[in-house]
Amino acid sequence: MSTIANSIFSPELAARFDKLATIYPVKRSALVPMLLYAQDEVGYVSEAVIQEVAQRLDLTDLDVRSVLSYYSMLRTKPAGKFNVQVCTNISCMLRGGYEILDHCKRRLGIENKQTTADGQFSLEEVECIGDCCAAPAMQVNYDFHDELTTAKVDEILNEYAAKDGK
Amino acid sequence: MPRLVSHPDEVIVLKRRFGQDATNIDRYIALDGYAAVQKAIAQGAEAMPGWIIDTMKASGLRGRGGAGFPTGMKWSFVPKTSAKPKYVLVNGDESEPGTCKDHVLFREDPHAIIEGAMIAGLAIGAKMGFIYLRGEYRYLLNIMERAVADAYARGFLGKNIFGSGIDFDIITQTGAGAYEVGEESALMESLEGKRGVPRIRPPFPAVVGLYGGPTIINNAETIANVPHILLMGGEAYARLGTERNGGTRLFGISGHVERPGVYELPMGYPLRKAIYEVAGGIRGGKELKAVVPGGASCPVLRADEIDIGLDFDQLAKAGSMLGSGGIVVLDETVSIVEFALRIIKFYQHESCGWCIPCREGTDWIKKTLTRVYEGGGAQKDIDTVQYIAENMMGRTFCPFGDAAAMPTLGFVKKFRKEFEEYIEGTKAGTPVMTKEHDLVEIL
Repeated sequence: MSTIANSIFSPELAARFDKLATIYPVKRSALVPMLLYAQDEVGYVSEAVIQEVAQRLDLTDLDVRSVLSYYSMLRTKPAGKFNVQVCTNISCMLRGGYEILDHCKRRLGIENKQTTADGQFSLEEVECIGDCCAAPAMQVNYDFHDELTTAKVDEILNEYAAKDGK
Repeated sequence: MPRLVSHPDEVIVLKRRFGQDATNIDRYIALDGYAAVQKAIAQGAEAMPGWIIDTMKASGLRGRGGAGFPTGMKWSFVPKTSAKPKYVLVNGDESEPGTCKDHVLFREDPHAIIEGAMIAGLAIGAKMGFIYLRGEYRYLLNIMERAVADAYARGFLGKNIFGSGIDFDIITQTGAGAYEVGEESALMESLEGKRGVPRIRPPFPAVVGLYGGPTIINNAETIANVPHILLMGGEAYARLGTERNGGTRLFGISGHVERPGVYELPMGYPLRKAIYEVAGGIRGGKELKAVVPGGASCPVLRADEIDIGLDFDQLAKAGSMLGSGGIVVLDETVSIVEFALRIIKFYQHESCGWCIPCREGTDWIKKTLTRVYEGGGAQKDIDTVQYIAENMMGRTFCPFGDAAAMPTLGFVKKFRKEFEEYIEGTKAGTPVMTKEHDLVEIL
C-alpha cells in the first residue's frame, strides 16, 4: 500500500518511492532521483508526476518545476520509445560523432530533438556521456553503444525497431 | 563501454581487480577486499582516525577529480567534534569531456569505492556516506546499488561495522544530467534536491557541507585509491609517483590515437610516451597537432609541448592542468577554430547561469566564434574572444567560469595564427560540423 492514495505510479514504483522518501536525512533529497525514475515509467515528467512528487516530498509544485528545469535528462514532453542520444563532444567529434549524428537524422528522418511519427524513436544530440575511450558513442535510453560506424548504427537501430514489434 | 586495455608500462594499483569479476563480493574479498577497513579498525578507536589521515598524507594522493588538492590534508580540515552529523560524499558525476575513468572504475571495482568511503567515514567520524553517479550512468548505478546491498547483507555496512562499535551507512544517488553538478558545492545542492547551483565559499564543505554538516567530498577515483593505500602503506604509494604527486592515476586517452583506453600510469609519466607508446601513436600515421591534457577545461598543449611529465605540478608549470586525466589527442586535420567553438558550445550549454561573467561570457564567446567559424569573422574578433575570456577568469563563485575561459585562452593564444588564417579564408584543418548542427542552441 502506497502512502499516497490513488498514486499514478505502478505499485512497485509507488512502494519504491515510499521508501525513497524515508532514507535521507532530509526528505527533499529524493527529488531528483524520484523525477528521473518517474520519467522512466511514465515517459516524461507530466503535470500529474509533478503533483504527486511534490505531495510525496512536502514540496510545492513550483519547487519541483524549478528543479526539473535544471536537469537536461528530465523532460516535460514524451520522447520516442527509444531515445537515441548521440554524443558530439570532443572525443566523439574527433572520431566521427557528427557523422553518426547526421546518419541517425537521415536514417530516422528526423532532426535533433524530434520524434518519429510512429513514436518509436527520438533523437538528441547530447554532451559528453563518459564513453570517450570508445568513441564515437551514443546511448539508446540508458544503454551504451560505442565504437560506432554508420553500419553499426544501422544494425543497432534495426535491433531496436525489431524489439518493438514483439 | 570503454573496453579494458593494458600496456607493459602500466603500474597497477587501482586496476588490480579489473577484469576479475570483483563486482562479486566474494571475489572482492578474495582479492584483499574489505581488508583495508579492518586494518584501520585494528588500530583501535583512539588511534584509528589519526592513523588513517597520516597514511593518506604520507601517500601524497591528490584529488583525482581535477583540482589535485591533497586528500589527507582535506580530511584533516574536518573538525573533530560537530553538533551536526558529518558526511562522506563520493563524486561520481564524471562529466568532464574526455573523461571516462570513473566509468570503468564503477563497472570493474564498485566495492573499492564502498570500502574507501567507509574508511573516509572512519577517519572523520561520519556515519553516513553518499555515492553520487551521473544520471547517464544508470547501468553503473545498478552495479553500485547491488554492491551496496551485498555489503549490507554481509553486515559490512550498517550497525557496528567489523565489530568496531561504529555504524556506517551508504546511500547511492543518481543525477539527471548536469555538468555543473560535478562541482562540489553544486553536487551538494543537487543531493539536497535543489538546482545544481554552486555555494559561496568559505565556509568550505569540510566545515559546512551537506545538510550543513562537515563533509568530505572526493572524486570516485580518489576514494577507490584509499583501501589500496592503507594496505600498501602511504610511503609505498607515494614512491610510485613524483614529488608531491603520489601514486598512479587512471589516464583516459582518447581522440586520434591508435589504441584509446583507460591506462593506469605512474604520476609523472611522460606525455609523449603516453601518446606514442601506450596509446599506440597517432591514428593512421598522421602528425600530432595538439593535446588537451586533462579534460576539456585544460588549456591545450601544442605538439612541441608534449615533453612533459603527467603530474599536477609539471602541467601547471606549463600553463595547463592535469585535470581529470582525460588526454584528448588531436591530429593535423583538426580545425582549432572548430574545436574551440565545440568546447565553448559545451560550456555555454552547461553554465548554470548564476554568475554573470560565466553566463554571458560563454554565450558571447560562442556567438563570436560561431561568426568566425561561419566565415563572417573579423581579425578583431580574436581579441574580443580573448578579452571576454580574460574577464571571466576569477570572477565567478565556482571554477566553471575559469574552466570555460582557460581552454579558450589556450586556443587563441597558442593557435592565433590559425584563427587569423581562418578569418582570411586560408582555412586550416578539416571542419566536421556544418550549419545544420545547431550552432545557435535552442534552449
